[in-house]
Amino acid sequence: MKPSTGHTPPKWANRLLEWYCRPELLEDLQGDLHEYFDRNLASKGPKRARINFVMDVLKFMRPYTIRKLEILNNLTTIVMFKNYFKTSLRSIARNKLFSAINIIGLAVSMSVCLLAISFLVEIDSYDRFHEDADQIYRVKNSYQFLQEDPSYFASTSILAGKLIQEQVPGIKASVIMHRGFSGDAKMGDYIVPVSGIHTTEDFFEVFSFELLRGNPETALSEPHSIVLTDETAEKLFKGQDPMGQTFQVGNEETPYQVTGVMKKPPHHSHLRFQSLVSFATYEEKRKENPEETYWISWSNMWANYVYMKLEDGTSQEDIEARLVPINDKQNEKSDRVTINTSLQPMLAIVAGENLSNQIGMSMGPEGTWIIVILTSIVILSAGFNYTNLSIARSLRRAKEVGVRKVVGATRGQVFTQFIIEATIISLIALVFAYLLFFLIKPEFLNLDPDIQQMLLLENSPKVFLFFILFAVLVGFLAGFFPATFLSKLRAVSVLKDASNTKLFSKVNMRKVLIVTQFTLSLIFIISASIELKQYKYALAFDLGYDTENVLNIWLQGNDIDQMANAFASVPEVSQISRSAMITSVGNRYSETIKYEDPTDSTDLTYNFIDEHYLPLMGNRFLAGSNFESRQLQEREESIIVNEQVLKRFNIGTPQEALGKYVQVGRDSQGPRKLRIIGVVEDFQYATIQESIESFGFRYAPDRLEMLNLKIATTDVMATMEKLETAWNGLDQVHPFEATFYDEEIQRTYAEHSILFTIVGFLAFLTISIAALGLLGMGVYTAETRLKEISIRKVLGASEGSLVTLLARGFMWLLIISAAIAVPAAYFLFDSVILADAVNKANIGFIELFAGVIIIFAIGFLTIGTQTWKAAKSNPAQTLRSE
Amino acid sequence: MKGTNLGEFEEVVLLTIAALTDEAYSVAICDEIDRVTERKVKLGVVHAVLNRLEKKGFVRSELGEATKERGGRRKRFFIVTHAGKVALTKVKAQRDELWSLIPDFNLKIA
Repeated sequence: MKPSTGHTPPKWANRLLEWYCRPELLEDLQGDLHEYFDRNLASKGPKRARINFVMDVLKFMRPYTIRKLEILNNLTTIVMFKNYFKTSLRSIARNKLFSAINIIGLAVSMSVCLLAISFLVEIDSYDRFHEDADQIYRVKNSYQFLQEDPSYFASTSILAGKLIQEQVPGIKASVIMHRGFSGDAKMGDYIVPVSGIHTTEDFFEVFSFELLRGNPETALSEPHSIVLTDETAEKLFKGQDPMGQTFQVGNEETPYQVTGVMKKPPHHSHLRFQSLVSFATYEEKRKENPEETYWISWSNMWANYVYMKLEDGTSQEDIEARLVPINDKQNEKSDRVTINTSLQPMLAIVAGENLSNQIGMSMGPEGTWIIVILTSIVILSAGFNYTNLSIARSLRRAKEVGVRKVVGATRGQVFTQFIIEATIISLIALVFAYLLFFLIKPEFLNLDPDIQQMLLLENSPKVFLFFILFAVLVGFLAGFFPATFLSKLRAVSVLKDASNTKLFSKVNMRKVLIVTQFTLSLIFIISASIELKQYKYALAFDLGYDTENVLNIWLQGNDIDQMANAFASVPEVSQISRSAMITSVGNRYSETIKYEDPTDSTDLTYNFIDEHYLPLMGNRFLAGSNFESRQLQEREESIIVNEQVLKRFNIGTPQEALGKYVQVGRDSQGPRKLRIIGVVEDFQYATIQESIESFGFRYAPDRLEMLNLKIATTDVMATMEKLETAWNGLDQVHPFEATFYDEEIQRTYAEHSILFTIVGFLAFLTISIAALGLLGMGVYTAETRLKEISIRKVLGASEGSLVTLLARGFMWLLIISAAIAVPAAYFLFDSVILADAVNKANIGFIELFAGVIIIFAIGFLTIGTQTWKAAKSNPAQTLRSE
Repeated sequence: MKGTNLGEFEEVVLLTIAALTDEAYSVAICDEIDRVTERKVKLGVVHAVLNRLEKKGFVRSELGEATKERGGRRKRFFIVTHAGKVALTKVKAQRDELWSLIPDFNLKIA
């Protein structure tokens, strides 16, 4: 072939030749044909040359050129399967200890993996029940103030939804939603709280929720139309026909009419709601005050959601390209804030990027990653055991391989045999793992209420299929290395002298595997202990005020004075105060605060309280005094600040600050000037990871939504019952909801305790697995070196020195593991996980080395007992039996 | 093993291999037969014969160096084995004997 002419023989003919021709004849025949092709090219032109080439390829299909049918080979493999299966079972049964170690290790780690698999399958199944689910998108927003880093939101503005509906082509249907419909549904005396989402009329075109009654096209078009889920309808109307029924909600005058009944959203829907209210209802309410237009502005993007279904052939990029001009046009109007809309596929909502203001279920991508990574580590550890022990034992299997090869087994067949053996082990392990899976599943679901809401972890045939595929894959991967290694052995050298083969050259690799195993185990155990310490630290942290025996009660719309009086009659309640929210658990209200310089402002976090709050909580005053009891409807005029406010604005000492005015936001009468009447010591109002900034207590009796009760009792249960009775005396509709402050704080830091539980459990698993592996290696070493030990003993070695001799190598591996794991874990926590936390427990010597000591103890125990047994054996017997 | 008889075309091919010495590979063999006997021989036929000769043990083959020609594929060079040489000599001896038996050698081509 002359490259200059650029003509080549037809590729397909070439491939045909390669396919049918015997490998040993192929090369020169192909060369010959090429040579003729070049000749023909020169004499007869490219067309003829190509035809001739094809003809030649076809003509050369003769008995002696065609390769032997490979089916014959495969047939033997199939026949041999039975044999492999049988030998594998025998080998498993013969080496009971090794098989048990492998099966237990694999079963334990696989059970965790099964959990992870059903978790992943379930997360993936979210929202797939919608028709064309992959064509449904949600509008997400990015919000950027000046040049700060933008933050991302799942919510968007109503304006964006309207502009998209008007201006963007390629959308089959879209829906604008506004959350926050809630109130007490009243049917005469019968009251049931309901909540729901406001949505435009195309809701049932975008989503495939099942409407049982009513017209999907018109059900949500009129104001004050409501579509109930079957569950809610049953709650409200108890067996009556709900269609066309009306009821009032809260204090609204116009009643709502039921225009449809739909099936409750399935569990695997990120959107969950009790009812749908027509968006027209919300619009009507807003339009009552025509001057107020903020609700429809570009920057009101906090509680509205836009979903759309794209037409076939329209892509996310097409729509996003259309969004750019809309964004630009709207952003021109604002000089400080840039808000950009873009799309997010609905299927990526549940485990996708972290967005603020989510509607419904979502968990962010981290959970998935953590689970995948952690479980892979555990299964890796068990896989290493298998690989390691199999290689160590391969000396015994080498003869078998030799005989098989002599009889005519190919390398592929030997390979298959060992892979099958590993797969059988892993399938047996799967059976145990499946049982264990049922034990750990409820534990996992009970870790956190959120997990319970999110997941069912039901068994479906699909999940089951994945389990089996997974087991086969694990078997293949675990058996791959030993199988390759054993199939490579040469029959002659193995049969002549087994010990002569390079079996022991794999010693280094085995060492690497053991070190990896123990390093991972150590990192797990250290992580668990650090997490535990962080959790304990967070709970014991001195917040600067006293949360002990304080019971917080949400009023849920009840009259605060009545409730307070009702609770005051319970003798165990020693003090009652009122507040707008509770601090230190991650919630916050904030507003801008300024001092004398009007251009210098910062965020003030605040809480509304009454005059009893500070004494009850025990906040310490540095100067000034508490609020005085005053009546409602006065203009707010005073504030109690923390030290940070004084520092931030250089107001001077606490004493000097008294009587000074700060401006906190605005009210209807202009800037809100508040006089500082007291200064309290800084306290940790945010979670402990955050630093303390400016904080103020404000006095506004109409903004208080919860009661704080100081309880003095020895019998908590009885007191709670009394309180509940008091609550029920005033409100039969809403269940009594009260939490102790300390519990609330515990819940805030629950992630630490959940992580501790998970990581601790995994640490336990990996350590057990690694210890099992070590045990196997110990037994093996002691067995193979029994003769050496006996000779040494005969020559006068003491038992102690023999144990040292045998255990030394393993202990070195453990030391190396510790040398890698301790700095790695320290770095991981110090510079990555806890890097941003302001208050954190220091990672101490104990956390870092307790795990190391445990591992060393376990390692020494397993290796020590085995070597001790070997060292104790009677040399006369071992040597005589030769 | 097939009979050690040499067919007529096999003999021609074997002789050509011997004649070409170091340059005996399939295409060259075809060309040479073409030139000497003025017969149009197909590669397919020659290839099959070469394969048969190798099976009978009259020739052995080895792959040459890779070149840029032939799409980078190596040539397979054929060498007459001892058995091949014996066979050829035997055939020649038989022919010679027959020749010598012709009493009055008078086969002039008219």
